[in-house]
Amino acid sequence: MRRARGGARLGVALFALLLAAACGCGRGERAGAGSADMDSLAAAARAHAIRALTDFDTGKVTRLPDGRTLREYEVWAEERMVAVAPGIRFPAWTYNGAIPGPTLRCTESDSIRIHFRNRGTMAHSMHFHGVHPAGMDGVFEQVPPGGEFLYAFTAEPFGVHLYHCHTMPVKMHIARGLYGVFIVDPKTPRPPAREMVMMMNGFDTDLDGSKNEIYTVNGFANVYFRDYPIPVKMNQLQRVYLVNITEFDLVNSMHTHATFFHVYPTGTSTTPSAYTDVVTLGQAERAILEFKYSFPGRYLFHAHQSEFAELGWLGQFEVKP
Amino acid sequence: MVVWFANGGSRLLALTPAPIEKLAFERIEFRPQEIVLHVRNEGPETFHVAQILINDAIWDFSIAPDRSLGRFGAATISLPYDWIEGEPYAVTVLSGNGLRHETTVDIAMPAPSPSGRLLTAFALLGVYVGVVPVFLGLLWLPALRAAPRAWVEFWLALTMGLLVFLGIDTLKEALEIAGRAPSFVNGVLLTALGAAAAFLGITAAGRALSRGEGSATGMSLALLIAIGIGLHNLGEGLAIGAAYTLGEVALGSFLIIGFTVHNTTEGLAILSPLVEGRASLRQLALLGLIGGGPTILGTWAGAFTYSTPLSLLFLGIGAGAIFQVVRILARAQAKGGSALDALGHGRAAAGFIAGFLLMYATSLLVAG
Repeated sequence: MRRARGGARLGVALFALLLAAACGCGRGERAGAGSADMDSLAAAARAHAIRALTDFDTGKVTRLPDGRTLREYEVWAEERMVAVAPGIRFPAWTYNGAIPGPTLRCTESDSIRIHFRNRGTMAHSMHFHGVHPAGMDGVFEQVPPGGEFLYAFTAEPFGVHLYHCHTMPVKMHIARGLYGVFIVDPKTPRPPAREMVMMMNGFDTDLDGSKNEIYTVNGFANVYFRDYPIPVKMNQLQRVYLVNITEFDLVNSMHTHATFFHVYPTGTSTTPSAYTDVVTLGQAERAILEFKYSFPGRYLFHAHQSEFAELGWLGQFEVKP
Repeated sequence: MVVWFANGGSRLLALTPAPIEKLAFERIEFRPQEIVLHVRNEGPETFHVAQILINDAIWDFSIAPDRSLGRFGAATISLPYDWIEGEPYAVTVLSGNGLRHETTVDIAMPAPSPSGRLLTAFALLGVYVGVVPVFLGLLWLPALRAAPRAWVEFWLALTMGLLVFLGIDTLKEALEIAGRAPSFVNGVLLTALGAAAAFLGITAAGRALSRGEGSATGMSLALLIAIGIGLHNLGEGLAIGAAYTLGEVALGSFLIIGFTVHNTTEGLAILSPLVEGRASLRQLALLGLIGGGPTILGTWAGAFTYSTPLSLLFLGIGAGAIFQVVRILARAQAKGGSALDALGHGRAAAGFIAGFLLMYATSLLVAG
């Protein structure tokens, strides 16, 4: 009788211990779930957005026997958790570890070589918007995980272009962050101006594949509104290389307050097509905007789809004499 | 096994890396120029409140005590917002993992704060909806007494029909609410808990009242029924108070009229065991208060302190109470036999169905 009771007590005690262990240790150990991690991710995203505004990768430059310039770039694809808004993490697929990928810059008729390495877990590629031979298009030549590919072509035409992954499903490979700007300068340089790169995008943070929860320019919501109002010199010509890579929404747009800009669609002409304060672009459409501010102060710029502006696509210029 | 768990062996079973998140919106208050959310993390992992959207616009907010909610942790979120009375709002919480947790308010109504005036108003509401109708029902007693004895069986069966309908209706309401709440299964279990508690509680009460002389009869039975109906009306009052708070007041006066008629029939239910025997006016009044009074308490609770788990629990209690009362009535009817025995023949079956139909008809008035 006593042995039976003792046995029962032992059984109950062990069961209780099991339960406690399960409750305590079964808690999900998601990598980087703590808020300290979140802060460093957000800081990295902010820093990247600020750098991406004015960083141009002009590649390793050498001269070819025929006199042309050879530029070589290193680009790799890797998966990376990034912050896309304060407090929100996103499991991104990136070029060179951040969104957007590096802005590759060259001059018309340069010989370009992009050494692409795939450090991701699925196939990727680089598809350039430009004129190039078939084998360099990044569609039928998919790069498997661990593989590499050398994209080589002559840079043409001049203008502002882009590159992005072209692996099926393309919607997902773009939405997850594989894109960047590709600028080809005309042989005769454009007039001197202070230049900025702005890539408009969205993030489908809940990965439901149908809509964006967050909209940004250069990868972090409201970064130029809250964290870094863009310093602008009064009366100085500003040039924005604006590219739209937003997935799931038909168009995106940019509106500047209190000033108008000249629009050069795709940058393929040195004659502007319009003088306005709103430009609307479909996915992969891009334009060069040139404008000046004549008075000091803070001026907003944002999408004129107000619903995008209220979900992170909002910035300001701080104009000083 | 303990050693395995302790060394994180349970990670083996984490087959999907997808985050599991459940955020419950316990209460939304519309205060002057401000929207206040009371949320609770009902998921297994820590929940990080990252961004809040009102009608799909990122909005500034302050949160207390902390952005990170542990398991079952709660937070109060305050958003300065110029809301418009009567208009719908969709509030979305974006978590650290980028998932959306959304709730909608169909009609924004200012949050009631307990003022003397409001307390009185809700109390009066409870009186109109609960106490008055039950007393109206009690007025039938002389008529019932004057009727031929054979009809007593009919009335008792009618009562059972009324109550069974009420019980099913209550469960239906509970399931609807549980379905809207994020943790569906837990909501249903909570209701079941309330029902079981009430069911067994009333059984115990019944035994105490009859002092072990077998099943209760007469006044004791009427008292049991009154208690059961009182518990049910507590849930009903909760529903009315909550509807006001949650901005579902489109039901408004229509709901009140409907409930009033609906509850008059409850007075009948309390009466049925008293057709034979004596009952003083004081006793009848007391029964009426026990049956109808809790509506007032329920309305106060629903208006000022509504929470989904509380309402589910009380709806469960209401249903459990009703079903137990029906069982007691039936056993009294069949003089110790089973409930089905009691309803098995003509007049009783007719009575039961009539009771059901009566409640169904009056419930149509309580639209929705």
